[in-house]
Amino acid sequence: MLQMFLRHTLACGLAGCAAVTLGAAAPASIPMHAMHAPTSMKTAASAPAPGHAAAPEATLVKVVASAPAIVKIGNFTFGPEVLTVAPGTTVTWVNEDDIPHTVAASDKSFRSKVMDTDDRFSMTFAKPGTYEYFCSIHPHMTGKVVVKAP
Amino acid sequence: MNKQQSRRGFLECMGWAGTGLVWSVGGGVLSSVSLDQALAAPKASVKPFSFLQVSDSHIGFNKPPNPDARATFREAMAKIKALPEQPAFILHTGDISQLSRDQEFDDADQILKETSMTVFHVPGEHDMLDEGNGAAYLARYGKGSLGDGWYSFDHNGVHFVALINVKELKAGGMGHLGEAQLAWLKQDLAGRSSSTPVVVFTHVPMWTVYADWGWGTDDSAQAMALLGRFGSVTVLNGHIHQVIQKVEGNVAFHTARSTAFPQPAPGQGPSPGPLKVPAGELRAALGVRTVTVTRGTHPLAVVDASLAT
Repeated sequence: MLQMFLRHTLACGLAGCAAVTLGAAAPASIPMHAMHAPTSMKTAASAPAPGHAAAPEATLVKVVASAPAIVKIGNFTFGPEVLTVAPGTTVTWVNEDDIPHTVAASDKSFRSKVMDTDDRFSMTFAKPGTYEYFCSIHPHMTGKVVVKAP
Repeated sequence: MNKQQSRRGFLECMGWAGTGLVWSVGGGVLSSVSLDQALAAPKASVKPFSFLQVSDSHIGFNKPPNPDARATFREAMAKIKALPEQPAFILHTGDISQLSRDQEFDDADQILKETSMTVFHVPGEHDMLDEGNGAAYLARYGKGSLGDGWYSFDHNGVHFVALINVKELKAGGMGHLGEAQLAWLKQDLAGRSSSTPVVVFTHVPMWTVYADWGWGTDDSAQAMALLGRFGSVTVLNGHIHQVIQKVEGNVAFHTARSTAFPQPAPGQGPSPGPLKVPAGELRAALGVRTVTVTRGTHPLAVVDASLAT
């Protein structure tokens, strides 16, 4: 179906790291090749945590998701409810509730198997856009992945 | 897509063929579908009897506060077997299983068989979790049903309607009946005498108990409008694992306890997840329900008994 393939994971990880670098440093001016260079990854890893970033950049850092894009499912909610990532990012949902949940696109474009406690579901978002989803078992649980270029 | 449609067509076909089976199981009171007879002597056709409701057995659940939902379901069956008078049948109002696994359904069926009683099922959302989004439930329990599993039958002059409100749920919504089922319900009720007592059983509450937790059914008002003219309507459901009752005109709503684990009162807690009561208090929070139908126009007598008593 969609981009639910492991082979995408590496590329996404890189994209995610590069996004942090962009957010914390000089937006839009870094050449593309730098984003994919291993040194760039290292830089990203040693970069200050988003919370410690200087005030003007803080918002940008928050908007551009950090490397492992994780949505935690707990207390019948998706956290964060709205996750913004760069194109190509793999988002992983982890069920931390003691009740099963699912991740199902509102437009039916993707749907996880049922996730019991500690089960995970990953999905790579290649194209920019807003992806609304919900738990098909508990439909009052809704969330959104916003995919946009940093 | 075509494959899916043809399967649905087949199931509907089977449903029609199987409806007769349910009727015969229900005691063969086919007279109640006949308008003439229903109008002639509607009240006389109601004969006293009782039946049971069990709900939310969640076979496969093994986390706090209940390490073994099979054991507590078995205790519930033992309680039923020990009743001085055996009720006519059991209604199971859904969430038979925890994860719709074959083994869970198998075990639930095996435990239910210990009573030797006929069981009528409706699915909960936990019974829709197989790859086919409920195909496993339908294959196992859907014989004699229509559409996604809805059906009706009569017993001793009482009309029973099984509604499905856990299928094709919409983002941000609650339970859902859908147009096809509502059209069927309209047809099913048409021509029945308004003095026929009606029992509706389904999984998710048919009134909004607590919207923030999805404890209601989006289009229940349409169903209740169709039921409005009947003098006695009893709505039985599960899903929220606690006894809550509400009376609105001629309609009495009753949600039942689970046999697996309790859930918090509406809004009382961070989420509707299992209420982690101490082991010694678990059985007082689980239970089964006996419903007794009497002659005349009295409302049905609903008695909830916990597993601790």
